[in-house]
Amino acid sequence: MSSALLKTQDLTARFGGHVAVNAVSCAFQAGSLTAIIGPNGAGKTTYFDLISGQVNASTGRVYLDGHDISRMSVASRTRAGIGRAFQLTNLFPDLTVMENLRLVAQSKSARPACIWSMASRHKGLIAIAERALEQVQLADQRKQTVSELSHGDQRKLEVAMLMTLDPLVYMFDEPTAGMSMDEAPVVLELIAQLKQRTDRTILLVEHKMEVIRALADRIIVLHNGALAADGAPEDVMNSDIVQEAYIGRGLEGVLDAV
Amino acid sequence: MIRTLLSDDLPRSRALTVLLIGIVLCLALAPFLFPGVRTVDTAARICIFVVLVASYDLLIGYTGIVSFAHTMFFGLGAYGLAFGLIHIDRSYLAMGLGTLGGALAAAVVALLVGLFSLRVRAIFFAMITLAVASAVAVLFSQLSSITGGEDGLTFKLPRSLGPAFKFGTETLDGRLFGVRLNGKLLAYYLVFFCCVLLFLALLRFVNSPFGRVLNAIRENEFRAEAIGFPVIYYRVAASCMSAIAAAFAGALYAVWLRYVGPDTTLSMEIMLNVLLMVVIGGMGTLYGAIIGAAVFVLAQNYLQTFMESAASLVEGIPVMPNFLTADRWLLWLGLLFVISVYFFPKGVVGRLRRGKTVPH
Repeated sequence: MSSALLKTQDLTARFGGHVAVNAVSCAFQAGSLTAIIGPNGAGKTTYFDLISGQVNASTGRVYLDGHDISRMSVASRTRAGIGRAFQLTNLFPDLTVMENLRLVAQSKSARPACIWSMASRHKGLIAIAERALEQVQLADQRKQTVSELSHGDQRKLEVAMLMTLDPLVYMFDEPTAGMSMDEAPVVLELIAQLKQRTDRTILLVEHKMEVIRALADRIIVLHNGALAADGAPEDVMNSDIVQEAYIGRGLEGVLDAV
Repeated sequence: MIRTLLSDDLPRSRALTVLLIGIVLCLALAPFLFPGVRTVDTAARICIFVVLVASYDLLIGYTGIVSFAHTMFFGLGAYGLAFGLIHIDRSYLAMGLGTLGGALAAAVVALLVGLFSLRVRAIFFAMITLAVASAVAVLFSQLSSITGGEDGLTFKLPRSLGPAFKFGTETLDGRLFGVRLNGKLLAYYLVFFCCVLLFLALLRFVNSPFGRVLNAIRENEFRAEAIGFPVIYYRVAASCMSAIAAAFAGALYAVWLRYVGPDTTLSMEIMLNVLLMVVIGGMGTLYGAIIGAAVFVLAQNYLQTFMESAASLVEGIPVMPNFLTADRWLLWLGLLFVISVYFFPKGVVGRLRRGKTVPH
């Protein structure tokens, strides 16, 4: 295998006596989409927290493109190329939809902290935000504040934020949860397009099997914080370890239940 | 042109626009419209408090930081100007150097307090600023040899800002529309134009890309960090900018009063007044500062007079005059405050802008 874009080595999160993520070593290649599955409380979101920096590793390391980023702050990791859409919608509620995206574009710009120019006159950033709005079909809501949006639209904005950030590592935490039947395909299509880009890697926490079948190149299974299986989708579904971990129910049964 | 001056941040409400233009015109023409020592003094105070309140709103309204040390920075600017005029000479250069010194001191203190305590939870930061501000106030009232202690310092401004300085005596006979052309008039306009410049600078600052990040931090600090903004640096920088603006306002206050003392610049009472002005005008909008300062300073200066005349009207009716004696003015000011917060929870500006959409 070529060198991985993202790698975690013995990554562990310990909260008091509880081990939420237990020595997970895994490498993610550019140009691939990895689905991360497992029952609730398996440590999927905490694993994401460790990679994007909201939780600092108790032991173990995170490498981005060969550089150790384990001790970097959340903002520095984002600037280095880690980007994340959150499971629970996590936006700027009293700002407009447009402003939410414009801020992301600003963060990516050459001078994000300019104090004398007018934000309203950086047309380039507004255009970037505008494009993202159209991608997720939110252009009509651009002037509404986030708190006025429906839950589904908030989820779409959450995805648009990540698209605007355009990081090297895209991390989606159940991107279509709470979306209606006609909203979800828009987002899934965007993720499918992202897969075409050979210099990015995508991590996807997902419960819906049809989404995983359609998108994933590889599945890793977390169980009680540890890596329980890792491989091509068909192999993982049928592997002994997954069958054992979910005795008598089959993976799909468990996934549907959670 | 106007859009650029106001940094694309227009009042967005006709009533508000009219109100603001009215206030600004009154302030700009105060010496001519309301000639009189007391009225012009009130107008100058309004100008200065507009800047002080706006700089505080930068923290509390835009960034969501609660600080009780704002008058400390106000005081540092005022003392800086006084030291410049006392220890260098009574020139404009000394005024400028003293003010810059005061502003620099304010920025350094804000930086230190910020770096040490803006990482911790908001309530601890508020407590720490309270402690530091109280310590500085005590320090300034004890170091009598340097600061004049409780008595404060009086100093002489450049001759051309004093009442004895007359100009236009040949061409205009020393008067314009019946108003004496003297140094006091110049001092008023120095204060007025500096305040206009400071206000516009603050308006530009909050509407800059930097200012937008401050809004994002107030809304969701976690996400601001996650889209790549190092929150702590932005907070510390905002707190320094706010301190510098407050120091400039303090220097102007010292110019106007030709005196600095702990009571006029460092006291907790001024801090509370600033807080009330922010709330009355509306948080998170600098136009609120203009309304809040105008309403509050007017009430502070004229409520007593108003009540005296009201009391004389109800003379003879039992109990009523007791409620309306001039000594009870604070009670009525408090009532006014409670009523305004009840009816305008988002301040006067928030009320006037209700239902208006945000641009861009």
